[in-house]
Formats: sequence, structure tokens, C-alpha cells
Amino acid sequence: MTSSFLATPAPVQAAQGPLQTNAWLMIALPLLGAVVLLLAGRRANGWGHLLGCATVIGSFVYGLALFASVGSGPAHELALYSWIPVNALQVDFGLRIDPLSLVFMLLITGVGSLIHIYSIGYMAHDQQGRSGARNTERRRFFAYLNLFVAAMLILVMGNSFVMLYLGWEGVGLASYLLIGFWQQRPSAAGAATKAFVMNRIGDVGLALAIFLLFAQLGTTQYSEVFARAGELSPGVLLAIALLLLLGACGKSGQVPLQAWLPDAMEGPTPVSALIHAATMVTAGVYLIARANPLYTLSPGGQLAVAVVGAVTLLVGCLIGCAYDDIKKVLAYSTVSQIGYMMLAVGLGPAGYALGIMHLLTHGFFKAGLFLGAGSVMHGMNDEVDMRKFGGLRRYMPITFATFGLGYLALIGFPFLSGYYSKDAIIAAAFGQSGWQGWVFGGVAVLGAALTAFYMTRLMLMTFFGERRWESLRTAGGEKFHPHESPAVMTAPMIVLAIGSVAAGLFFTSGDRLVGFLTPALGELQEGHGALPHLVIQLLTVGFAALGVLAAWMFVGRKRVAVERPQRVSLPVRVARADLYGNAFNRAMVVRPTSWLTRGLVHVDRQGVDGAVNGVAALLGGGSRGLRRWQSGFVRSYALSMLTGGVLLVAAMLTVGAP
Amino acid sequence: MTLLLALILLPLAGAVVVALLRGNERAAKFAALAFSLVELVLAAVAWIVYDPAGPRLQLTSSVEWIPAFDIRLSFGVDGIALVMVAVIALLTPLVLGFSWRERIPTGRTHGGFFSLLLVQQALTVAVFATTDVFVFYVLFELMLIPMYFLIGGYGGPQRQYAAVKFFLYSFLGGLIMLASVIGAYAYAARATGQGTFDWARLTQILGDAPLGVQVWIFLGFFLAFAIKAPLVPLHTWLPDAAEQAPIGVAVIVVGVLDKVGTFGFLRYSLPLAPDASQVLAPLVLVLAVLGVLYGSLQAFGQVDLKRLIAYVSIAHFGFIALGIFAFTSQAQIGSASYMVNHSIATGMLVLVIGMIIARGGSTRIDDYGGMAQVTPLLGGMLLVAGLSTLSLPGTNSFISEFLVLIGSFATRPVYTVLATLGMVLAAVYVFRLYQRVMQGPVSGNALIGAAGGPGAATDPNLLARGAENASGGAYRAGIGDLDAREIAVLAPLVVLVIVLGFYPEPMLEVITPSVEATMSEIGVTDPVTSQGGN
Repeated sequence: MTSSFLATPAPVQAAQGPLQTNAWLMIALPLLGAVVLLLAGRRANGWGHLLGCATVIGSFVYGLALFASVGSGPAHELALYSWIPVNALQVDFGLRIDPLSLVFMLLITGVGSLIHIYSIGYMAHDQQGRSGARNTERRRFFAYLNLFVAAMLILVMGNSFVMLYLGWEGVGLASYLLIGFWQQRPSAAGAATKAFVMNRIGDVGLALAIFLLFAQLGTTQYSEVFARAGELSPGVLLAIALLLLLGACGKSGQVPLQAWLPDAMEGPTPVSALIHAATMVTAGVYLIARANPLYTLSPGGQLAVAVVGAVTLLVGCLIGCAYDDIKKVLAYSTVSQIGYMMLAVGLGPAGYALGIMHLLTHGFFKAGLFLGAGSVMHGMNDEVDMRKFGGLRRYMPITFATFGLGYLALIGFPFLSGYYSKDAIIAAAFGQSGWQGWVFGGVAVLGAALTAFYMTRLMLMTFFGERRWESLRTAGGEKFHPHESPAVMTAPMIVLAIGSVAAGLFFTSGDRLVGFLTPALGELQEGHGALPHLVIQLLTVGFAALGVLAAWMFVGRKRVAVERPQRVSLPVRVARADLYGNAFNRAMVVRPTSWLTRGLVHVDRQGVDGAVNGVAALLGGGSRGLRRWQSGFVRSYALSMLTGGVLLVAAMLTVGAP
Repeated sequence: MTLLLALILLPLAGAVVVALLRGNERAAKFAALAFSLVELVLAAVAWIVYDPAGPRLQLTSSVEWIPAFDIRLSFGVDGIALVMVAVIALLTPLVLGFSWRERIPTGRTHGGFFSLLLVQQALTVAVFATTDVFVFYVLFELMLIPMYFLIGGYGGPQRQYAAVKFFLYSFLGGLIMLASVIGAYAYAARATGQGTFDWARLTQILGDAPLGVQVWIFLGFFLAFAIKAPLVPLHTWLPDAAEQAPIGVAVIVVGVLDKVGTFGFLRYSLPLAPDASQVLAPLVLVLAVLGVLYGSLQAFGQVDLKRLIAYVSIAHFGFIALGIFAFTSQAQIGSASYMVNHSIATGMLVLVIGMIIARGGSTRIDDYGGMAQVTPLLGGMLLVAGLSTLSLPGTNSFISEFLVLIGSFATRPVYTVLATLGMVLAAVYVFRLYQRVMQGPVSGNALIGAAGGPGAATDPNLLARGAENASGGAYRAGIGDLDAREIAVLAPLVVLVIVLGFYPEPMLEVITPSVEATMSEIGVTDPVTSQGGN
């Protein structure tokens, strides 16, 4: 059955023409920006942010030109130079330009440009640095942001799993630097370390998958691996699929490696928008979609991906309902939406393109939502507790309007972006045969209702109702003065809002996106589910409406307490504790490791070293002898040399010269 | 005189000149630096002259020493020895630059210190360059003497203990190796009627020796090298030596001296006992993987900055040993390049930590906190060194670790999977270190505290510059960011970390033929070809 899915891999062409052969410029531009900003020091404080924006916009323009010239079709390979050449292992520093990498290039540099521009305003008054160091902080911020864009482009443009790995850990570094950007805050530093370490657990999976591919096929390059995927045994395919999935879970915050992503909100909000919503965290989805020839051959691997996605989408929704921190709600929303994407790519040829479509629309509306949240915080003295908000729609109308459109897109309001992309995934999930269709489809619809609930709750608490901040004071003891953000911030929000509204219709009309991606992802298979499509559509919209209604019943109608209620029902308590994910990690991993470490340090000092010293004491004629060694008679070394010399001569004599 | 002999004799000449100039500290320091820089140029020339496609041993020379036993002062380098010589030549001027203003114990001078460092350099180059097995043994032991004085004369409060421990460990290992050296000679004498210590001839003769003979020869060499490279559980001299040695000397110990052990595995253990090496490989692999995990956990648990580095090195030596005894060309080339990259990465880490200690005056991690706010550039340098230490792709160490693991996986998947866990642990100990020292609010006795108190800075130059920072706020006067000298010391390493991460081919090209020669000598071939393996 599987072999019929396996169309002959699209032929790979060498890159042609100056536009394609210079595609490395897309990566080099932001990388250059990062290097200049880091090396130029204080001199660049005045113009650093402009350079940061210019390089990413330049990269975006190049991407557009490349997109126009290449279009949909076979992959174009570009080997720049030989990176790691050791006999059978030949890894080029090479790029692959195909429909899949093209849409990512545009997403990364497009959303990246908008967020760079927004950051000019957002980071202008960063007071976190020491006095007089304000602009130094902003320059450093743009340097890291540029570094991120470059690494993310390597991740999606690389032509082998090793190139992917380079970008993969590169974005991990950028993410680490940006989460811990306000490094004087212990919480930020801790979150950064946690993010990198949990990502590394996933990276081990990715690394082992690469080792296994090389051991089996002698190559790590996509074109060769995919062409010869049929040679792999089912067991090996399943192992590779699961190892890649482990990598994807780490990077994309999927269960069981989800705990770092909400903590990552310690970073400045533009970072949350770009890295921890729109681009980097979707790299796991990219990985599965990129490796589609392997997953298509491994039904077990597909099922594992789909299960992880389904579980994560529910977990994210449930926890998102319980938080009062606006960024954490959005973070768990991201976890959950990526769950949808994973579910989609886990459906195999029936879902690869749908996962990518949701990834793109989500890129628009979630980036917009985060920028909106940043705008709210900007006007509210960096407050993130929604219980202290309320009635803000009059004070920040543009933020309200753009955020509102993003909200509607996310909950799947008819004819906005999320409606098309999420609906397609739910339909595809129901289209699976047997129990899988009912389970995955049911979970996806339930998730739609929960999404509508927590997002409506967020909207109501932030923009509607009583102005609870009026009676409160900021941390600095002043009154709140909510205000709209400057144009440099609202303009990107408006652009993203337009995308949130229109992207879905644009992508789906005439199956534009699915058709475009076909050469990279194969034909989209239609499912034959038990339910007709119209029923599924009505079901999804109906469930979302129920979620909105529930939010209005529980939150909108009532007064929101400024203090967080502590006497709450068990489900709320469990959700507030992140379903005990962190507690589990601490109990099962962190504490045992630190006990083990403490024990081993003791053993090393007392046991291993003690044994050595004991042996030395015995040989040296008791502890007195040892102390004599330590007493510092430099002459004793001469004695031992002499002993050695005597032994040597004696040995030579016994062996005997010829 | 060949270029190689010049590389050995020049630092010796330098040591004499510097020792004679001891009365004039300034002149002595500059003379030492000048000699080390000329040595660096010579090493670069040697690298250019060396032809990777040529014979295995190049720049050869040979002089009779003890004719009765056919012992000759023979020298020559293969690709692996060449890159090690280059690394020593690179690190020595950086160490001198770092130690320029180090506080020296009373009664001793920088001239004496630098002179000993040059002697150490000469002997270490010679150890890598000799091609006579007996001379190798002599140099292996001789090399300990300047190091003994460097640690014991210029180190911390427990320096005598550490120096003696270092000396005894290495010396006893060497004596056991001597038994094997003599055994090899005796076997050659019996098998061919003519004993020899010539490395090339011995490898030919011993390659056909019965397994029983090889096992004994292997074990003798192995013990010496396992102490030197330190493999767990023979490692306990290294944390003490690293803790007590002055920073500059610690760079040499963990950056260069240790590599004699792993170099010995590749150059002596495998070719002199090819069958035994393969039979006994599981023993080494167990120790290697143990080293990776044990060293990493120990590094995580240390409270002392310098001991932490020692355990990081122990973990890395586990990777190197794994690669050597996995018997694939990727893994062995990975190990050989790991030796160079570890020198660069760990050398840089030690130097950066030395700069931290020079400011805070304490080696305890707890005495620091939030330092990046005070010294952002120093913070960046610790991060770069740390990233290379945890083998982030894009840094030099990634290439080696990746080659070791991907190469070992093909023949030894279980050991490799276990070693790969070391990747996670490396992230833990590196970022925990960075977090505790550099991030959070400025805190810790070393940074906040009365100037001249228990945690006073040791660098008088830094104390002088303290005034300009004093207005800045809470932290102690006397703590400034990197100065020009320190930047000059670290900059070459930063460049190498990145360049060798993205363009390792020049180094791999030199190493590859030597590893392939070893592989074919011991008669193993890669399990994975470009057509796929297994």
C-alpha cells in the first residue's frame, strides 16, 4: 500500500543563473549584520538597529526575487564548498532551493523584517541595562536577532541533515541568547539554560538519526537519502522516524519536551513573536515535512507523530485556560497550535501540506498576537497579568483591532486564516480510517472549542470589562497610563493583521499553496472519512462558538478578581501546575541527577583518589613516606629518576644486547 | 638541520637566553615571546612544507645515539604529529601573553617561569616528533621535569602535593611502558635476530607477533597513555594539577600534555599491537564512555573553576578514546582532530577562566555572579569558549565530536548512544557555569567586597584601572573588562574556533592520510562506504 504513495522522487537540478547560485547571500546578509553589530561596539549604537533591519529586509527582497524566478518545481541544489569530507562521509556546505524551503525563506525573512522594525520601537526604551548603556542593549538585541535569522535560514535552506543540524543548534543558540537577554534577571537566565538543555535532549535524537542514516546509506544529503529510502528496513525506518520526532519535540515544544517554551517568555516580546511563535518552534514541523519520504514509508512513525501532536494540542489548550499571564497563555496556545501542525504532518501524505499551511497562517496571526501583547505591555509598564488589565480597547484602538483580528483568525472564525488551515487539518484527521479518524478528529474539534475558550477569556480580560488598572499602581508606585504604541510598532501589527485575515483564503483559493508544495511534499491525498466535509465544518464552527459562549459565561459576565483566586477546583489547580510537567521533570530527572552528581563527587575525592593515595602510601612505606613526598623535597624527584634509570639498565642487561 | 630539529632546538635556545636575562624581567619576557613567535612561524612553514600526499613521515632526520642497542635520535612527523606541533607553537605565545602580569610567588621571577615554559615546549615538540620508540620513552619521562617545577614552583598553596602526584602518576605509567618498550625490542631481536627501537621497523615486526605478545605490549603502553590522557579511574592527578598549577601551566597540561596519551594510542598502541588493540577494544571503550559520563557529571558538581575544567577535559578524552578504538576512519580522524580542537577550545576556556580569577582573586564559582554586566566582553569570551566546549555546530569542536560519534556509531552503536548523552550533560555544565558566573544580579565575594580584602584582585594593572569603574555602581573597584593584551591573547583562538568550525578541510586533509595509513597497517576497513554500510 505504501509503495503506491511513493511517487518517484522529483529530480534534483543544479542551481542555475546568478540569482540561484548566489542564494547564500540570503544567509550571509543577516550574518554579516550580526557580526558587524557585535564587533563594532559602541560606535554602532546610533545606527545598529537600522543595519539589523536593512539586512533582513534585503534578505527578504532576495527571497522574493528567488521565489519569482524559481517557482514551484524540482529542487535546485547548490554546493558551496566541501564542509566535512572524510572518505565515505562527504558533507557539503550546500543549499537546496525547493518549494518547501522557499515558503520558509519568505516566512522567516518576511515576518522577521516586520518584527525587526517593531523592535526599533519596542527596545528603544529598554532600561534594563546599566545607566548610559541603553542603546548598547538594543544593538546587542539586533545582533542576536540577526544571528537568529541567519541560523534559521541555514536550517531550512540546507541540503542535508547535517546542514539542518547546523541551523538547528544555531537557532538554539540564538534562542538561548534572546531568552536570557535580560541576563541580570535570574529567572531569564534560568529559562535560557532550561531551553537549551531541553532542546539538546531533542538534538540527541536528531544526531542519532543522522548517525543511523549514515551507517545505513553512507550519506546524509536529502536527495540521496530520499532516493534510496526504499532500501531501509522497516525497523530502521521506524527508528529514524522516532529519533527525528524526538528532535522535533525538543525544538517545537511538544510533549514530553514542552516545559521550556512557556518559560521562554522571559525573553523580550518580539523574540516571543518571531522565535517562540512564528518560526523557530515550527522547525519540528519542517523537519517532519522535509523527511516526508521517510515518514511515508513508516506508518508507525507517522502514527507516533500524530499521537504526539494530538496529545500536545490538548495539553496546551488545557493549561492555556488556567494562566493569567498574557504571554504564557499565548505560549501555551503556540504549543497547542504546533500540536495541530504535528497532527497534520503525522497524517502522512494526507496532511504534510496542511501542516505547512497551518504553520504559515499561524505565523501571521500568532506573531501578530504576540506583537499585540507586547504593545499592551508597552502601554502598561511591562505588566503581563491580565487580571490587572481590563477595558483597554479604548486606550489602544489599533492594538485592539489588530489583536482582535488575530484572535478571530486563531479561533477559526469563518473565512479568516485559521478557519481554512485548521479546518483542513480537522477534516484530514477525520479522514483517517478506523479508530484513528474518530480519535484524532475528535481531539482536534475539542481543541478548537478549548482554543476559543481561552482566547476569548484573554480578550475579555484584557480589552473589555472593568478598568481594573485604575485602582492599581505599577511596581514603581505610579499610576498606569495605558497608551497606544508608536507607528513603528503598530505598522507591523497592521501588516500581520491583514495576513491573519487574508492568508487562508489566498492559500486555499485554487489550492494554490498545496499545489505549489506538491513537488516537495508529494500529492495531497484526500481522506475518505465517515463524516462529510460540510458536517465537519459545521461541527468545528459550532464547537468554537461553544467555547466563546463558555468564556463569556465564566469570565465576561462576571467581575474579574484582581487577586488570583487560590481556592479553585482541582482541574484548575492541575492546569495551573502545567499538568505537573515541571514537577515530574524535577522529581524524575533533575533531582536524581544532582544526587548522583553529589555522590560521584564524593566518591571521586574519597574513593578513587583515596584509593590511589592509599596505594601510594603502601608503596611508599606508609603514610609517613607519602608525607615525605608531599613535603616538597625537590630532590625526591631526582631519586625517582635515578630509580627509573637503574631499573632501565637492569632491564636492558637482562634482555641482553645482540 | 631539518625544520623539525629547529622546532625542537629553538625553544631550548630561547630558554637559555631567557634564563640568562633573568636579571632584567622586561627583557626576559620579550625575549621569551620573541622566541615563541619565531617558533610559531617555523611551525606554520612546516605545515606548508608538509605534503599530505607524500610519505607518512616527513622532515625526517636521524643521528646515532647508543649503537649497542640501535637507539637513534630519529625525528619525523606524520600529519597527526604535525598538527600537534602546530598547536603547541600556537598556545605557547598565548600562554606567555596571558602570564605577562601573573603574580609569581616571592623569590621567583617571570624569567625563570618563561624559561621553563620554553623548555617544556621543546620537550613536548620532541615527544610528538620522535620516531624512535626508546627516545620516545626517554622524552616521555623527561617532559615531566619542567612540568614538575612549573607546578611545584609557581602554583597554588597545595602545589607540592599536586606536583608530586602528577609526577609519580606519569612516571610510574612511564616505567610500565618501559617494560613494553623493552619487550618490543626483545621480541624484534628474537624474531629477526636484530633488535631495534625504530618505530617503522617495530610496527612491521610486531604486526605479525602472536596475540599473547601483543597483549602484554599493548597493556604496558595502554597504562601509561591512559594515565596521561586521563581515562577514568586513572584521572585523579589531573584535577589536582589543574587546580594548583598557574593558569598558563594549566593550559599546557590540559591543552597539550594530555594529548601525548591519545597520540600514543594512535601512534604506538594501535600499530605496535594491532590485533591486541582490537581484541581489547571493549576494555578501552568501557573506560571511554565511563569517562564521558563520569567526567561530565563531575564537572557539573565542581565548586572550583579550575577543577571543573579538568573534569571537562576528562569527559572529552573519553570521546577521543572512543573514536580511536571504534576503528573507522571517520572516528579516528575525528579523534585526531579532536586533539587539536580540544587544545583550542579548552585552552581558551582555561585562559578565560584565568582572566576571571585574575579579577576576582577567587577560584570558587560561588564567589561570582552577574559578572557579564561588569565585564561584558569577558562574558562573551566565556560563552564562545563554552560553546566550543559543548561542541556547538559552527565551532571547531563540533567537527571532531560529530566525526567521532558518526564514525563510532557504525561499529559500536551502543557505546556511541551512551556517549551521545554527554552532549546533553555538556550543555548542562557549560550553561550552568555561565549562568552562575556571568548572569543574574552582580553578586559574590569576589565581585562585591572591600578592595584589598580576602578576594582582592591579583592583577595590579586591573587594580590601577579600577578607579574608572568605581562610579559605575555596586561592584568592587578594580574589576574592568578585557584590556588590549587580553584581547590579543584570546582573539586568535576565537578566530580559530569559528574558522575551523566552518572550514575544517585544511586540517582534515593533513590528518586523513596518517589515519588511513594506521588503519591499513592494522588491517581494518571502514564498514560504511558511500554506497551504504552493513
